[in-house]
Amino acid sequence: MKATGAQILMDALKKEGVEVVFGFPGGAIIDVFNVLNAPGSPRFVLVRHEQAAGHAADGYARATGKTGVCIVTSGPGATNLATALATAYMDSIPMVAITGQVVSAAIGNDAFQEVDVVGYTRPITKHNYLVKSVEDLPRVLKEAFYIANSGRPGPVVIDFPKDVQQAVLEDYEYPETVDIRSYKPSVEGNMMAIRKAAEAIDRAKKPLLYVGGGANNAVCQELLVRLAEKCQIPCTTTLLGLGAFPETHPYAMEMLGMHGTQYANYAMYNCDCIVAVGARFDDRVTGKLSEFAPNRQDIVHIDIDPSSISKSIKVSVPVVGDCARILPKLLELLEPVERAEWIRQCQDWKASHPLAYKQDDKVIRPQFVIEQLYEIAKGDAIVVTEVGQHQMWTAQHWKFTKPRTFLSSGGLGTMGYGFPAALGAKIAFPDKLVVDIAGDGSFQMNMQELTTAVNENLQVKIVVLNNGCLGMVRQWQEMFYQRNYSGTNLKPVGHEIPPDSPPLEIDYRPDFAKLAEAFGATGLRATRPDEVRPTLEKMIATRNVVIAEFLVEEEENVFPMIPAGAGVRQMMGGMA
Amino acid sequence: MRHVISVLVENQFGVLTRIAGMFSSRGFNIDSLAVGETTDPTISRITVVSHGDDQVIEQIIKQLRKLVDVIRVQDLTGESHIERELVLIKVACNKGNRAEIMEIASIFRANIVDVSAGSLVIEAVGAERKIDAMLDLLKPFGVLETARTGSVGLSRGPNALKV
Repeated sequence: MKATGAQILMDALKKEGVEVVFGFPGGAIIDVFNVLNAPGSPRFVLVRHEQAAGHAADGYARATGKTGVCIVTSGPGATNLATALATAYMDSIPMVAITGQVVSAAIGNDAFQEVDVVGYTRPITKHNYLVKSVEDLPRVLKEAFYIANSGRPGPVVIDFPKDVQQAVLEDYEYPETVDIRSYKPSVEGNMMAIRKAAEAIDRAKKPLLYVGGGANNAVCQELLVRLAEKCQIPCTTTLLGLGAFPETHPYAMEMLGMHGTQYANYAMYNCDCIVAVGARFDDRVTGKLSEFAPNRQDIVHIDIDPSSISKSIKVSVPVVGDCARILPKLLELLEPVERAEWIRQCQDWKASHPLAYKQDDKVIRPQFVIEQLYEIAKGDAIVVTEVGQHQMWTAQHWKFTKPRTFLSSGGLGTMGYGFPAALGAKIAFPDKLVVDIAGDGSFQMNMQELTTAVNENLQVKIVVLNNGCLGMVRQWQEMFYQRNYSGTNLKPVGHEIPPDSPPLEIDYRPDFAKLAEAFGATGLRATRPDEVRPTLEKMIATRNVVIAEFLVEEEENVFPMIPAGAGVRQMMGGMA
Repeated sequence: MRHVISVLVENQFGVLTRIAGMFSSRGFNIDSLAVGETTDPTISRITVVSHGDDQVIEQIIKQLRKLVDVIRVQDLTGESHIERELVLIKVACNKGNRAEIMEIASIFRANIVDVSAGSLVIEAVGAERKIDAMLDLLKPFGVLETARTGSVGLSRGPNALKV
């Protein structure tokens, strides 16, 4: 079949089952856009900033497990994508990003809107390509989709020069198979290693499952619950692992780490065998390495990425492969074991050190809003967050029971991630309640996407927990920087505002309710605790994109907290 | 500890950047790096000399293997291997000491590849330590400049890195 580079791309998207593409056009990608609206092409969602295209593709990928796709132009289009690529890379999210590039002959000449895309994206992508000839294009596309969503998933960039988009391939055929001799991820797991893992678990008196994003899917959840129940192993999850193990399960210890529950951290401190599944011993989990899980005799680490194993913590039983393939084999080798005392101990910690906060009748506590929403939604929602205090409160107070229902930037910690990611999730699940729980600071980083949401009829609900400041940084300033609140106040305190700036209902800009209206969304506001529930109910009932703003206690802090670089023994406060 | 790591990679543009970039972005050391095509023109062999404790070297090897364009990685240090480096050394000389310099070169089985009234260029091949030893002996005469290729290495015996 005769096809241009641009047509080949469209055909590849179809063959790869891509149902939606997020993007923004420009001169160097105009040939692709010229065929992007042809019949049979995937749905195209026009964002208002390329970063949002990347996050939306990422949100779509996290919610579905499928590869997210975005298309942007060269130069500034490609650089605007950087944060989204780095976000997806840190959290191992499958994504294919197409960037337009100046014509091949102009590459390297500092041409208009030229930037070295393969150069700058190298450290923030799993792999990248510059397509030099249309002959290479079918193979590159096939490889890109394969690499993005196999092994340890990640973003792949295809830099696509304008002349290659236009070039004609006489005998185009999309490859059916892919074989990359330098890329053969091992998935099955070595049987001897799995046997050693079973032995380590068998001899443990206090084993603990520690589950991360690598196992956050439906297949693994079922296996993890079976493993936990068969061998009586409590389970803690990382931030990205939330939902991988149902938090309503009696063995669930919920999230561990810096802002994890006390009981999860106690369980980790006291366990004698860590069974890590698709988790990477991130510094926000381990804290001070020398004080991490000091009673451990063994660490079993199941992970598809060998370089994640023994990177910061020496592992005694490494098992390389796909958790979904390895867990069944492990289950088969393990006999049912009773560990009543250990289970009772863990449940005692849970009962005696619950997450706590004080809600009075004067000021709204952010945790209260999250708990109320959880109740009203009966826990059935896709919850997306930005980054900061609200993210940690959501992780703590929402009980996640299903995989892929908590979407959040964990590794990179990208403020502004949540709202565009929620749009991606909403496209995948139009009938589900999709909520972006946001802080006032984070939401302002990508609020231009309100246009996208309304124009595309993506009825995402945005809960803005407005504390008038950059709360997480403010918390660190309060606790570790002698209350020097430098640069964290979002209100115009101490500044003069323009004399003709219209007066506002509350001393805060923007007025989120009016902002919503300007974009065609609906704005709601609650200022008192008794308004929280009705506001949330109205937010869900309203058939529109909704910003529901809650004026919350400014000085509320996230607890428990293990300060950066400290150990469990330095954990601060269970009570706000 | 010093390690000689042999890496087979796809012979494509940008591969060297990926390797060098991985080292720099993760804070690993490169003591030397040598690249050349293999008998299969689609494959290049990169020899990297690095140093670090066992954990660092383990990470270097794993991170190399993780790169999509890397086909095989072998740590030669753990096994019996040969290592060679080529160096060109320009030494200042005069009538009085030329013979003495040439004698040093011949002890190291090095060749004289350029002669002028005031200089000699010596071409030497050997393991890094041999080159270093020769340079030490030549320094008193005045080493004007040097060019070193960095080490390349192969394992001894019939075993070869297979693709």
